[in-house]
Amino acid sequence: MRIGSRLSTHLALAPALLIALVAYCGAMGWTIWISFTNSRMLPSSVFVGLRQYSSLATNERWLTSVQNIAIFGLLFIAMALVLGFMLAALIDQRVRAESLLRSVFLYPFSMSFIVTGLAWRWLLDPTLGIEKVGHDLGLAWFRFDWLVRPERVIYTLVLAAVWHAAGLVMAIMLAGLRGVDPEIWKAVRVDGIPAWRAYLFIVVPLMRGSFATAVILLAVSVARLYDLSVAMTNGGPGIASEVPAKFVMDHLFERGNVGLATAAATTMLITVAAVLAPLMYWQYRQPARRPL
Amino acid sequence: MSAAIREPRGRRPWKPTPARLGLYAFLLISALFFLMPLYVMVVTSLKGMPEIRQAHLLNLPAAPSFAAWSKAWFAACTGLSCNGIRVGFINSLRIMVPSVIVSILVGAITGYALSFWRPRGAVLLFGVLIAVAFIPYQVFIYPLVRIFSYLGINNSVPGIVVIHTIFGLPTMTLIFRNHFAALPEELFKAARVDGAGFWRIFGAIMLPMALPIIVVAVILQVTGIWNDFIFGLVFAGRENLPMTVQLNNIVNSTQGEREYNVEMAATLLTATVPLVVYFISGRWFVRGIAAGAVKG
Amino acid sequence: MDRQGNVSLRGVAVAYGPVRVFDRLDLEVAQSEFLVLLGPSGCGKSTLLNAIAGLTEIDDGEIWIGGRNVTWHEPKDRGIAMVFQSYALYPRMNVRANLSFGLRVARTPRAEIERRVRVAAEMLQIGDLLDRRPAELSGGQRQRVAIGRALVRDAGVFLFDEPLSNLDAQLRSELRVEIKRLHQRLGATMIYVTHDQIEALTLADRIAVMKDRTFQQIGTPQEIYLRPVNRFVATFVGSPAMNFVPGRIEGAGAPVFRSASLRLPVPGYKFAHAPADGAPVELGIRPEHIILAPDASDAQEVSVEMSEPMGSDLLAWTRLGDLPLSIRLPAETMLTPGDRLRILLPENRLNLFDATNGARL
Repeated sequence: MRIGSRLSTHLALAPALLIALVAYCGAMGWTIWISFTNSRMLPSSVFVGLRQYSSLATNERWLTSVQNIAIFGLLFIAMALVLGFMLAALIDQRVRAESLLRSVFLYPFSMSFIVTGLAWRWLLDPTLGIEKVGHDLGLAWFRFDWLVRPERVIYTLVLAAVWHAAGLVMAIMLAGLRGVDPEIWKAVRVDGIPAWRAYLFIVVPLMRGSFATAVILLAVSVARLYDLSVAMTNGGPGIASEVPAKFVMDHLFERGNVGLATAAATTMLITVAAVLAPLMYWQYRQPARRPL
Repeated sequence: MSAAIREPRGRRPWKPTPARLGLYAFLLISALFFLMPLYVMVVTSLKGMPEIRQAHLLNLPAAPSFAAWSKAWFAACTGLSCNGIRVGFINSLRIMVPSVIVSILVGAITGYALSFWRPRGAVLLFGVLIAVAFIPYQVFIYPLVRIFSYLGINNSVPGIVVIHTIFGLPTMTLIFRNHFAALPEELFKAARVDGAGFWRIFGAIMLPMALPIIVVAVILQVTGIWNDFIFGLVFAGRENLPMTVQLNNIVNSTQGEREYNVEMAATLLTATVPLVVYFISGRWFVRGIAAGAVKG
Repeated sequence: MDRQGNVSLRGVAVAYGPVRVFDRLDLEVAQSEFLVLLGPSGCGKSTLLNAIAGLTEIDDGEIWIGGRNVTWHEPKDRGIAMVFQSYALYPRMNVRANLSFGLRVARTPRAEIERRVRVAAEMLQIGDLLDRRPAELSGGQRQRVAIGRALVRDAGVFLFDEPLSNLDAQLRSELRVEIKRLHQRLGATMIYVTHDQIEALTLADRIAVMKDRTFQQIGTPQEIYLRPVNRFVATFVGSPAMNFVPGRIEGAGAPVFRSASLRLPVPGYKFAHAPADGAPVELGIRPEHIILAPDASDAQEVSVEMSEPMGSDLLAWTRLGDLPLSIRLPAETMLTPGDRLRILLPENRLNLFDATNGARL
């Protein structure tokens, strides 16, 4: 390689390298370090071992956040996958107005979580929202006040998030379905295999990659869940819809407890790594389709 | 012989099977579910407050009026200032345009350098970038705030541009690297034999061939940066709050009676840019998802 | 199931939207016959096969299989089995599951499934592959499995859609023999789509040559080879390709072919329709039908430009006047460029085509 080109290569990679070293590795390391100190408003360098973590373990707000994100994550990923796959499979049956339907299912994904959250917050408004539609239609018994019921509020977040992301899953699955060898479908018809069995036993196993991609994308958005909670419920009622990312942000910037916040962030990091690493391994243990 | 028992001939007569009807019913109900929030937002924004309180959510406005839209744009209040959401719109533009340009440029150059030149440590660097795409932002934010205030770029447009570049880097690098890696290696070798160097190959050969992926990158970054909330909140500073943050402040910091029609108009205004991008770009938007989704 | 297998297409038309793909095709395939649909890509042969299978809707006409009108039947109810170019094996199932999946869905008794799988595996020598997955098989093995999956359906009619096109030359000829053996053993009707004329000639009882979505000629391999009905069939079948010499037919009573460098009386040629005196024609003759005749008085003289040894024989590229003419000669023939050969064009091997529409005269 010519000297000039080698120099240019390094020059070109300098921003990425700087970002990787300082903004990624440096910041991550610093966060982890702070989590072992007794920092409050400002970072301190007094090492206190795992004390922040043990106080995290008894923090009611944090425990609620963790419980919420577990419920949210499982339900959201499962529902988005099922709905997205069903929409893709149905659209793939040579339906009329296919591209119109695709646009309708996918447009929510183009909007922000703030917009999504505010829209659903208005729809689910306990006095003027869907509940009122029910009452006006003469269904006096109709109640849909989950947004203000602490034990139900997390499900409203799931509903809004599924509305936002199901189209994404549909797009990924549709691409996967279109990649299935058309002759497989012909063989299925000649063999007389009913559609649902063909999907379950032949096509779904073929689309392992699409499923893994969708799960990974959805899981990342679960870990990052923040805006939606802020816009829709702001963690309320009370602390009933708090989530980990919001816990970290609140303790960093409003409650002035940097040590606890970084301990929470580090816990998130470890959890994400523990969940995603096997998923990634599962997806890429096959010989890579593209060279890395 | 009656027509009913004639020999089968030609096209099979179309019979609505239960499965087919069920399929369309499901698709129709799903479509209504997906469209309803948008519909409700639009009709709410066109109603007056008395009508919102009396009639219900799904009613069409009796006398459609754009008063709420105009109030949202010119006079909606965040805290004490009542200058409307247009302030946030301008801020979002001021943030988005440089952020999109810089983040794509850095990503394209990094992706190019990693795909063809393969300097030592390229795999490691790429691995770090990909890993970061999955990590929650909360892990990075606090130290970055400290570093930025030390550098004096916290709470400024340049600061938020740098932030968008930092966190756009994994996806941008990935899509450009994948695009370049799919080009034939011979092309690169031929250019080398012809004596072209690093930057000339990039500018004269690779960049022109990257046009489709640049479009995809622009779509991804425009919608992504416009929709950003958390970085705008933390890094942009009070003078530069983007539209999403201002919208949330308008809705969530209202004291006293809430004006749902103004809120919905402001929400729709905030959603306009990504929606326009989505409906104009059409299939390209899906390509963007696909390109960003192939993590690795 | 009674394995009747005569197939008959009556006035079949297929259209994609406003575009007519076929117009009223008729075709009769007898019980136990091996029919090959041969043609270049885009000629409609695969569409026709899909229509027979019921994978493509037809717009007009009827399809009868085994004496039943199956025009509106689902593919699975037509008494057919099918083998595809891409094998179309179910990727995540092992070979045994691939073979038996259709039968299990149809609730065939377990013992019967096992019997049929065993018979098919034995016939195709894939018995030791039953527990492997398609990804672990070679291309040839995959296609055997795909044929096996067709076999277990115990159908009267087998449809093959370019089954050997994804294989290399060696495997292709191996499996070709296999398929032919299978046909003899099963006595089933087979309809086989290919663009490879060798496959067509070696396998078929009858060949239907297609071009532009119509049948050009339907006949035995011999008829197709020796008496092509038009210039297209003559060119498409046979390798190396037939020689063509443009010229005219003169003399009504004793017709003579005449071109710039060739004068050839053809008194015994069996004209399909007698041409007008002086009509422009093309004379076609296959390289292997040209005879060396150093001593014949009425021989033509050609000069050798170059020769291509083909192993089993030798192809001489010569010129007759200024017309190129290729001649197939025994492999041991020694030729150098510039050599002059005296040749005969046997009248019973000649083909005369109308120069305007290419039809056989």
